Order: sequence, then C-alpha cells, then structure tokens
Amino acid sequence: MYARFDLSSPRSLDEALTACGASEPPMLLAGGTVALIDIRAGKLDPRMVISLDRLPGLREITRDGQALVIGARTTVTDLLKSPLIAELAPSLAEAAGVFAGLMVRNAATVGGNIATGSPAADLVPPLMALDAQVELTRAGATRQVPLVEFYTGYKRDVRAPGEIITRVILPDPQSGDHNRYYKLARRKGDAITVVGVAVTVRLKDGVCSRARIALASVAPMPIRATTAETQLEGRPLTVEIIEAAAAAAGAASSPIDDVRASGAYRRKMVRVLVRRLLGRAIETQG
Amino acid sequence: MSQEQKISLTVNGKAETLVVPTHRTLLEALRDAGHYDVKRGCEKGDCGACAVLVDGVAVDSCLTLACTAEGREVTTLTGLGNRETPHPLQQTFMDSGAVQCGYCTPGIIIAAKDLLNRNPSPSEAEIRYALSGNLCRCTGYGKIFEAVEQAAALLREARAMERTEA
Repeated sequence: MYARFDLSSPRSLDEALTACGASEPPMLLAGGTVALIDIRAGKLDPRMVISLDRLPGLREITRDGQALVIGARTTVTDLLKSPLIAELAPSLAEAAGVFAGLMVRNAATVGGNIATGSPAADLVPPLMALDAQVELTRAGATRQVPLVEFYTGYKRDVRAPGEIITRVILPDPQSGDHNRYYKLARRKGDAITVVGVAVTVRLKDGVCSRARIALASVAPMPIRATTAETQLEGRPLTVEIIEAAAAAAGAASSPIDDVRASGAYRRKMVRVLVRRLLGRAIETQG
Repeated sequence: MSQEQKISLTVNGKAETLVVPTHRTLLEALRDAGHYDVKRGCEKGDCGACAVLVDGVAVDSCLTLACTAEGREVTTLTGLGNRETPHPLQQTFMDSGAVQCGYCTPGIIIAAKDLLNRNPSPSEAEIRYALSGNLCRCTGYGKIFEAVEQAAALLREARAMERTEA
C-alpha cells in the first residue's frame, strides 16, 4: 500500500478524543475491513489515521435496565457469541451470521459498520428495526442520535468533526418480539447484500402494538419503511394487512440497477421479503 | 507519531522487531520478514489466502495494519507445525489430497484452526460456514471439508489420550 499517513493508536478514549479534536480531523480506523481497501484503491487519502483497536472498554454487550448497550468496538463475531443478542436481538445475530466471511467477522465492528455508511450494511437494518440510538462522544460531551436520523445521504452522516461512535443503545428489546433479518444475495456466503430486510413486530392480544421495517441496498442509505409500519400498528396481523404493508415497503424503496441486480427486481423482492418475514410473525403467534 | 514505526511482536513463538511504514499491511510486513507461507491473494478480504492468527483469532492480514500488531502474538501456517511434526490439520490435508496448487491452503488451515479452537466437534455445515471466507479456485472443497473433519477427530483422540494419562 503506497498511501502515506501518520498513525496513532490511543490507549484511552480521552487520548483518542483529543487526537480527533485536531484542526484537521483524522480518519478513524476500527476493524479496517473496508477502510484499508478504500485507502488502497485511492478512494480515501488520509493524512492522519487513528486506530481504535487499543481503546479499552467499548467492546461489551450489557443490559442497562430495559436497554441493551453494545460497545462500538464489539466485533461481528462477538455478536454471534453473545447470549444477550441471541435472546433480545435475534435479527442482529442473523445479520452477523450472514456477514462476509470468518476473518472479516473477527475484525469488523458494530461502530465501523455504522460509520462506513454503506447502503448494503448488514448490521444497520436490524439495529434500525430495534430503534437503536447511536452514542456520539467528543471531548467533553456525549449525545445520542436515533440511527434512523444518523444518515443524511450516501455515505454521509450527522457526526460532527471530532465525534466518535462509542456505543449503540437498543432502548427496549423484548424476547417476545418477532425480530428477524433476511439477506438476499447472489450466494450464501461472503456476498454483498442485494436486498436486506429487518422487521420487528410486537403483538399485544393479537394486535400489532409496534412495527418496524428497515431496508438495505434499496436506497442511497439504509432506510425505515415508515408508511408500511403505520399500515400494521394498531391492527391485527392479517394476510390483507401484511400485503398492504409489503406493498408500501416496496413503494418506499428507490433501488438502482447494478451488477448484482436490477432496481425493478430489488423493489419486487422488498415486497416479497417483507410479506414473508411478517407472515412468520403470524405463524409464531400460533 | 510518524510515518514509520518500530514494532515488537511474536511471530510463531519467536520475538521479532520490525521497522515498518505506517501504511504497511501485516501481510506485506510478514512477507518482507521472510514469512512466505502467508499468501497475497485478492487484498480485499474476499479470498482468505492471507489469513493469520492474531492472539489466536483468524484475521485477514491484508486488512490489518502491521503497526496494530505491536505486542501481539501472530501465528502463520508454519507456526502450527513443520515437516517433522505436522499439526493434525497439516497431516490430514496431505492425507486427504485437500491440496492441489496449495496457494489457498495456508489461509484455509488458519481459518480451520480458529474454528477448532472454538468448536472441537464441528459438523460439516459448521466447517463449510467457517471456511466461507476462503476461496479455492483449483479443485473444489469436498476434500478440504473432509480434512478438517478428520483433523478434528485426531485432536479429540489426542485430548482423550491426555486425559487418560493424566
């Protein structure tokens, strides 16, 4: 690799935040599974790189009352090993399971997957469908931003210079929720997502009290299909209502044609996959 | 902070000190230091040919900056065993004919080692899954999966023997 940059590996969050506050903000490096490819390809040309691999903490998955808190440096493999994720955020475990290959899963992090801003990010739809809040820390201040408001466009987001993603908070995941992710791709392993769909459905007395539908690879950034969600909330899950929600999710997507699939196919698959994942909520309810 | 750093790490149980430019990947630094058993493939995290263990966990060395390996224990294929005393994975890869051109073999054995560290009795599906980040373009994967299954069995037997002796 021929790019030239200064590199530092801060040993504490304070040290990292100070380095990020420099007049020319550095590039942050987490797992490196995308960033190093982009540097090599000349898409990124940083002068200063801060590697976050030595930061203590930020790699735990813990409960905080109702909330589930995931450190930004948690790897995809960590997600797969976590009983808390399996119980409370099964869609996130499913997404981790279909994420790239073993070596990439061992290195790639939750914070890195969010920060990369790929429209095809596998962890983002499940996190969006679980109402994730992104904790952003800069020297002297911390704020939380809903993940659904985090992206402002293709690979653009609300982070201010000097801010680091430190944690991801799921406010109230419940083991009884129907929470699923499905990745459609050209092959089972090591593939880029053609369409990704995450759903969360909470049912009370046969009526849907909460619906979340999030989509990947069908817009410049991962999105929520909020019109589809309102078709479901406050109603019993019937075949007709599910069909209306699936159609609304398809309408909410604006996919492009590329080497992996046509836009028309992607939009059709959104409808099929949303219908299928919601249909399973009826089956599991018995 | 500079564009070149001096790093100390352990490679296959031996302490090494390397002077590397900050942009150098672990793959490049290891090959520069003579560890040619680490193979350069796609350099995009697709093929797995460059896999090494860092503190016991398999990573693509092409997606790791060498400087971040400071103080870590790196294991490459030859760190697992040699011609005289091969690791069970090396033995079963030879015995089952799981090697054709051999270019993907070091990375595949490293990924398999990561799997067997965590799971001493993997099913065929679990083996396939663990190796889904490794590409072989010669021959197919059947004999590779068999070799990993047989190595797992050999390792289980060896552990059972140790327990009876102890």
